[in-house]
Amino acid sequence: MESKSTLTMRLGLAIIALLGTMAAVSLLYVPYDVNEMNIAGRLQSPGALHWFGTDNFGRDIFSRVMEASKTAFLVGAVAVTIGLVAGFIIGATAGYLGGWTDEVLMRMIDALLAFPGILLALILVTVFEPNLFQTMIAIGVLSVPNFARVIRSGFFQYKEAEFVVAARGLGASHATVILRHVMPHIVSPIIVAASLSFSTAILVEAALSYLGLGVQPPDPSWGRMLSESQSYIGKAPWFALAPGVFIALTVLGFNLLGDGLRDLRDKKT
Amino acid sequence: MSKHHDEPLIELNGLFKTYDGAGFGAAKKKVHAVHDVSLTIMPGETLGLVGESGCGKSTTGRMAARLLQPSAGNITYRGRDLSLLRGRESKTMRKAIQYVFQDPYASLNPKFTIADLLEEPLRIHKLGDKAERRRQVDAMLETIGLNSSYARRYVHELSGGQRQRIGIARALMLKPEFLILDEPVSALDVSVQSQILNLLKDLQKQYGLTYLFISHDLNVVHYMSDRVAVMYMGKLVEIADVEGLYHAPFHPYTQALISAIPSEQRGKRSERRLLTGEIPDALSIPEGCSFHTRCPYVRDSCRRETPPIIGMGESRTVRCHLYPVDEGLDYGETKVALG
Amino acid sequence: MPLLTDWVKKAIEPEPSSQQRNCRLPEAGERDEDELLAVRNLSVNVKSSSRPVIEGIDLTVGRGEIVGIVGESGCGKSVLSLSIMGLLPSALKLGGGELRLNGQSLHQASQRQIRSMRGKHMSMIFQDPMTSLNPTLTIGEQLTESLRLHLKLGGREARERAVLWLRRTGLPRPEAILSSYPHQLSGGMRQRVMIAIALCCEPELLIADEPTTALDVTIQAQILDVLFRIREEEQTSILFISHDLGVIAELCDRVAVMYAGQIVEQGTVEELFESPQHPYTIGLMKSIPKPEKKGMRLYAIPGTVPSLHDRGEGCRFQSRCAHAAAICLDAMPALEHRGGSHAVRCFLASGERREMDV
Repeated sequence: MESKSTLTMRLGLAIIALLGTMAAVSLLYVPYDVNEMNIAGRLQSPGALHWFGTDNFGRDIFSRVMEASKTAFLVGAVAVTIGLVAGFIIGATAGYLGGWTDEVLMRMIDALLAFPGILLALILVTVFEPNLFQTMIAIGVLSVPNFARVIRSGFFQYKEAEFVVAARGLGASHATVILRHVMPHIVSPIIVAASLSFSTAILVEAALSYLGLGVQPPDPSWGRMLSESQSYIGKAPWFALAPGVFIALTVLGFNLLGDGLRDLRDKKT
Repeated sequence: MSKHHDEPLIELNGLFKTYDGAGFGAAKKKVHAVHDVSLTIMPGETLGLVGESGCGKSTTGRMAARLLQPSAGNITYRGRDLSLLRGRESKTMRKAIQYVFQDPYASLNPKFTIADLLEEPLRIHKLGDKAERRRQVDAMLETIGLNSSYARRYVHELSGGQRQRIGIARALMLKPEFLILDEPVSALDVSVQSQILNLLKDLQKQYGLTYLFISHDLNVVHYMSDRVAVMYMGKLVEIADVEGLYHAPFHPYTQALISAIPSEQRGKRSERRLLTGEIPDALSIPEGCSFHTRCPYVRDSCRRETPPIIGMGESRTVRCHLYPVDEGLDYGETKVALG
Repeated sequence: MPLLTDWVKKAIEPEPSSQQRNCRLPEAGERDEDELLAVRNLSVNVKSSSRPVIEGIDLTVGRGEIVGIVGESGCGKSVLSLSIMGLLPSALKLGGGELRLNGQSLHQASQRQIRSMRGKHMSMIFQDPMTSLNPTLTIGEQLTESLRLHLKLGGREARERAVLWLRRTGLPRPEAILSSYPHQLSGGMRQRVMIAIALCCEPELLIADEPTTALDVTIQAQILDVLFRIREEEQTSILFISHDLGVIAELCDRVAVMYAGQIVEQGTVEELFESPQHPYTIGLMKSIPKPEKKGMRLYAIPGTVPSLHDRGEGCRFQSRCAHAAAICLDAMPALEHRGGSHAVRCFLASGERREMDV
């Protein structure tokens, strides 16, 4: 059975590595200028020159997908970092202190969780002017509850573990207890949560951009490309297919990784 | 032995530990895990603490180790109230009193190597540099009978007996005077158990340690202890020197405990005095004497009033209505009446 | 007093009660009348590697006999009991040898047949009664379940019988206990309930795997008394597994000592405790702290039990044995009879050592 979860994890890793490489390469090189229009060569079907064809302005879809993957990974990384840092502060405080602090903090997190995520992101983005930075913060806020809960439950589980009691008995400070005794045990659930949050972040970014609230034109984004391709779906299906497949692949990759890691961890315990 | 020292090492004075039970408002009950426990331990002696599971003996041990805060009462160590110590003095006291857990597998962090585990107490108290600490770790491994190749291993790679050796070693790293041993051998097989008991005896002699030895195994407690305290449902019911307690137990509960020790002598089963009834729920400890629901000698007063602690000669006390409060009474006679 | 009257009734009543007759197996040709459970050269292997966890087990439990199995953790005593019940975990499987209950082979029986025998002909109680009781059902529901299933009793009959059995295990107010849930009972009461469930269909064999280990001594004494009384009254055979030599000595008629998957010594309680012959048995007895050993150093068997992978060709105890010689390293001693029912697996005891070694 172990082989199955290892396989899942490896497959996820491979997909992410592939996409990650593409995003990294796009920093240095893309085949065509992503914003160079060519009215004569609109909506060309995939071929040797344009692997994924061209869009309604004659821009190279492959180059734009590459460029967009950079944005997607950036949004994922920043959002997960924000979620992780804020979630750790809230979750660790709630879990370690317990009692009233825990009650108050976790009810706040529950409230955040009860509010439909995409709606919250929409509000946050529309209140401020829509741009990439706002989008990243909004998505980061959305992932806070996920991290806070995982970290809190980790602290709850381990703060009364006998080896933690033993360390306290030896006179260890709170910092020592948290960093040396509790943290190493909750690293793996945090990695799992991060992986799953990453895919959610990319999905939300695509949704916001699709609605015109995320990445602003002319910069490419998978969500935007999907919305632009909508009117041509009959004439040029490849236009919609390319960003669609990439969104699906990325989400699949991170979910596979997360699930695989979780299975491996559950098996160990 | 205790008689040569006048000053007690540690005194538990009227310790209580209460927890909030389930329920709301008026229905909410307090659980008395430990009720008015007072113990005095002399330097160099071993005091055994016995009782059935859930009787509060571990809670008492943890309060003595300051792993738990008493709800009431205080603990004095060399005459000083532990709860009043601050800063450096408090840290010094932490070093002097150490606790050995029943389950070394749970009390040793699985992500640490053995060397890390043994070094940690020194690091927490900022003792010595890295090289000096490692040297002490190696020396300690040798003391407890493991070679230094174990330093790089993890807890899960060790057998039960080896783990408990590490648990003991960790407690000894800070050169304590007083060890609280909470069921240190009850998770071990008989043949390994005797190795650990021998080790504990050796260490006591070598370092002049004082032990509070908590166990439910009456044979083990007899072997290890100079004096024994018996707990039942959170209260101390009898304290006596070991021979007195095992040969002439006063409290009916102690009598039942001693008579229930499984023995290889044939026919002992038939002459055993069995208790009737079950151990009451900790949430509804009986009124009066907690033992009255199972006691063969129960009287009316036992159901109404909690018996006082009665002195029965030198360093011997019992908490039972059967014994008159008047001091200097010939309790030999009372025992005949009981038998 | 019910004890005596029951005994008298049994003595003057030549016919077994109808219920008992229903419980009897259709015998495949009468064998030794006294032999209930026969284990012959049994081994249990790990499925993946075919390594034997226990091997060469020979054990007989007679009717109305209490046989103890003593050994340390990992010696295979629980595997033996589970294999008799047909409850081996999926990683293990029966190897060679024979298992017979009442002359009927359990080895060849289908899962279905074994299932129908559990409860009715053989039952088991475990160390932790909480995990073997269903927390969502009342005691009454759990007790009457097997009565309806095996004895086809109706609701009222089953209830009456359940009350009867709860009372026999020494539980006060059995009617009230029927409608309570496991978590409402203390550990000792739960173990009594388990005994009642195991015995209510009057099986011939009860397997008790460390039934008092989780209990306090005063409660342990009560439970042992219940088991002893039931044997006297019902002639139930008991296979009693424990790590506690004292408990074994008090309760059992015969004892088998297990070490690293084998029986190393077997005999009546008197034979074994008065003249133990295997170095392991002797070491085990010497390591127990007893009042008369106070102030003396305890004997400790050096080393640890060899793991499944470290079991060599020779005697399993050889690496920890103070008397080990060359032959002990190379050859496996057989379990040989030493007079009476006493049998020992040791070259030293068999005298073979002296001849071959000097």
